[in-house]
Amino acid sequence: MEQPANPADPVRLLEPDGTLRDDPSGLDVTPELVRDLYRWMRLTRRLDTEAFSLQRHGELGLWAPSLGQEAAQVGSITALRPTDHVFPSYREHAAALVRGVTPAQMLEQWRGVSGCGWDPAALHLHAYTVVLAAHLPHATGYAMGVQRDGTDEVVTAYFGDGASSQGDANEAFNWAAACNAPVLFFAQNNQYAISTPTRLQMRTPMHRRARGFGLESYLVDGNDVLAVHAVTREAVAHIRSGAGPVLIEALTYRAGPHTSSDDPTRYRDQAEADAWLARDPVARVEKLLDARNWWEPGWREALDQECDRLGAELRSAVQAFGPVELGDLFDTVLSTRTDLLNAQKADYGDFVAGFEEVAS
Amino acid sequence: MTRLSLSAALNSGLRHVLEEDPKAVILGEDVGPLGGVFRVTDGLSKDFGSDRVIDTPLAESSIVGTAIGLAMRGYHPICEIQFDGFVYPAFNQIVSQLAKMRARTAGKVPLPVVVRIPCGGGIGAVEHHSESNEAYFAHTAGLRVVICSDPQSGHYMLRQAMMSGDPVIFYEPKRRYWEKGEVSSDLRLAPAFDRAVVARPGTDATVVCYGGMVSTCLEAAATAHEEGHELEVIDLRSLSPLDLDTVTASVRKTGRCLVVHEAPGFAGLGAEVVSGVTERCFYHLEAPVLRVTGFDMPYPSAKYENQYLPDADRVLAAVDKLLEF
Ligand SMILES: Cc1ncc(C[n+]2csc(CCOP(=O)(O)OP(=O)(O)O)c2C)c(N)n1
Repeated sequence: MEQPANPADPVRLLEPDGTLRDDPSGLDVTPELVRDLYRWMRLTRRLDTEAFSLQRHGELGLWAPSLGQEAAQVGSITALRPTDHVFPSYREHAAALVRGVTPAQMLEQWRGVSGCGWDPAALHLHAYTVVLAAHLPHATGYAMGVQRDGTDEVVTAYFGDGASSQGDANEAFNWAAACNAPVLFFAQNNQYAISTPTRLQMRTPMHRRARGFGLESYLVDGNDVLAVHAVTREAVAHIRSGAGPVLIEALTYRAGPHTSSDDPTRYRDQAEADAWLARDPVARVEKLLDARNWWEPGWREALDQECDRLGAELRSAVQAFGPVELGDLFDTVLSTRTDLLNAQKADYGDFVAGFEEVAS
Repeated sequence: MTRLSLSAALNSGLRHVLEEDPKAVILGEDVGPLGGVFRVTDGLSKDFGSDRVIDTPLAESSIVGTAIGLAMRGYHPICEIQFDGFVYPAFNQIVSQLAKMRARTAGKVPLPVVVRIPCGGGIGAVEHHSESNEAYFAHTAGLRVVICSDPQSGHYMLRQAMMSGDPVIFYEPKRRYWEKGEVSSDLRLAPAFDRAVVARPGTDATVVCYGGMVSTCLEAAATAHEEGHELEVIDLRSLSPLDLDTVTASVRKTGRCLVVHEAPGFAGLGAEVVSGVTERCFYHLEAPVLRVTGFDMPYPSAKYENQYLPDADRVLAAVDKLLEF
């Protein structure tokens, strides 16, 4: 897709007021496509608000909201094949939901009952990565495996503007370019790394830095689900054809706090947040659906109900988590249990049993 | 049986792995046509191709990081870190990612990655080329940390490490690279790579050591024999998990124990052995468990290393002390 003449202008198909631009990308904007993308964004938003309130009720240890970033995630993940392997960081709830992570699985890590929750191999979706950018070399290595297998899969890694400062990110960009790995680096520039604004994080925007490494790159309006979808489609086709890795920088805004522990009023003002709210990715698609009258009768109500069901499912999932057993953890440290772990497991078992005897 | 140097025995081990396991790939700096700076991968890229013996960008974090991705994809990567002192950029990938993936995914994502690290001093190298950093990795659950001591153990243990299904930090004592020994490639004869072995049987005291120190302790034991003392030398081989059964069986027999390693003593592997022996052999001990180690200073410049590294004399002086009790 042609970059706009001014490189600072991101690719955009849908104006904030809901009007559709002339589309140079060849994306066939059908009512079905728009409704599908809208549905995933709405479900994610419900997941996010529900999980956030579960955290507030003390049910989750922490939550990292995806509020405001639904278009960047839904637009991109839906442009991949379900068998393309994805490496998320820790906020990619939309991508995870589309990939088939169940609400209960989604909460496991935040509830603190497991380290992941889903089977990464089965969903082609890796576990969330908390150490910033550590997963970008993993994605590159996985893509080297794809290369060696001779398949046309595309490996995608999500990361943020803050993560791009890490050595691992820059190593991975360089490495992927040097070996022409089939990998898509999808940067969600949500303007902040906790409290640090992007302008303090870097001097050269990520999509321009990427060119220096030898990556193809795009800048896209990350609050425009159609533009993200179109750009990702194009990037993925480029990578699948063997033409090498791509970086997409999606300009978006983390509308909520960094996590449930954060207080964004300490580092950003309301006027800024309001200005971004006017570009809300979900409302923008609603305006399009309204303007074109692309709603199907009863469809919206059915979606509302689906969202309610998701909310209820999340609440009951949280209640259903049973007590956890430390004993199980001794078994998955290595492929076999060691003398040390055997002894520790046995000692711990005796220690617990001792209490039970006292109690009975 | 063939007579090979440690470097050649490791090379032959890698050759076996590449032949027997189509998913095995080697990656590292200069491992291709050059054969690595110690020539451990000599000739492998010529015979197996640059897709399986991969010369990588100069980036340690990504050498381990991409190996993790390759392992997730079903490959069995063997990374070479050029020198011990350059593994630190990869420390994060090793301890926060490689070590923990199996546990955090409840066993669903095993990472069979072997990270080979030439280790230790004794070759007169410049700074950052002679370090013993095994304690950092042994402290991290989820990793196996092993170290070979001679050509035969190098050959066997490398192949066993690759078959283990676990992340393995595989140390090679670089000053033994050129020492030769008999090597059989028949794996059925090999002791399990996570077990210690008795390198020399004896009755008067147990000397626990590993890696480059095994030859040194065997030399000390030969001298002690001439002086009428029989030292039992245990080559630990696996530093994590630690085979305390073999160690304690020996100490229960001899009643005395000395631990020798070239890494600094403070919070080192030796302290772990001392603790295990004390806990398990308290009533068998005739003397406190002693240690001979490198000193608690950054590894010194080359001209000092003969004084810094434990040698047979320092081992024998400690043995004398041990036998005096
Ligand atoms: C290596 C590392 N350093 C620090 C942190 C703590 N931390 C967690 S999230 C975060 C900000 C990340 O910002 P960005 O990459 O832009 O992603 P965003 O949270 O905005 O989605 C920081 C500093 C971390 N997780 N990893």
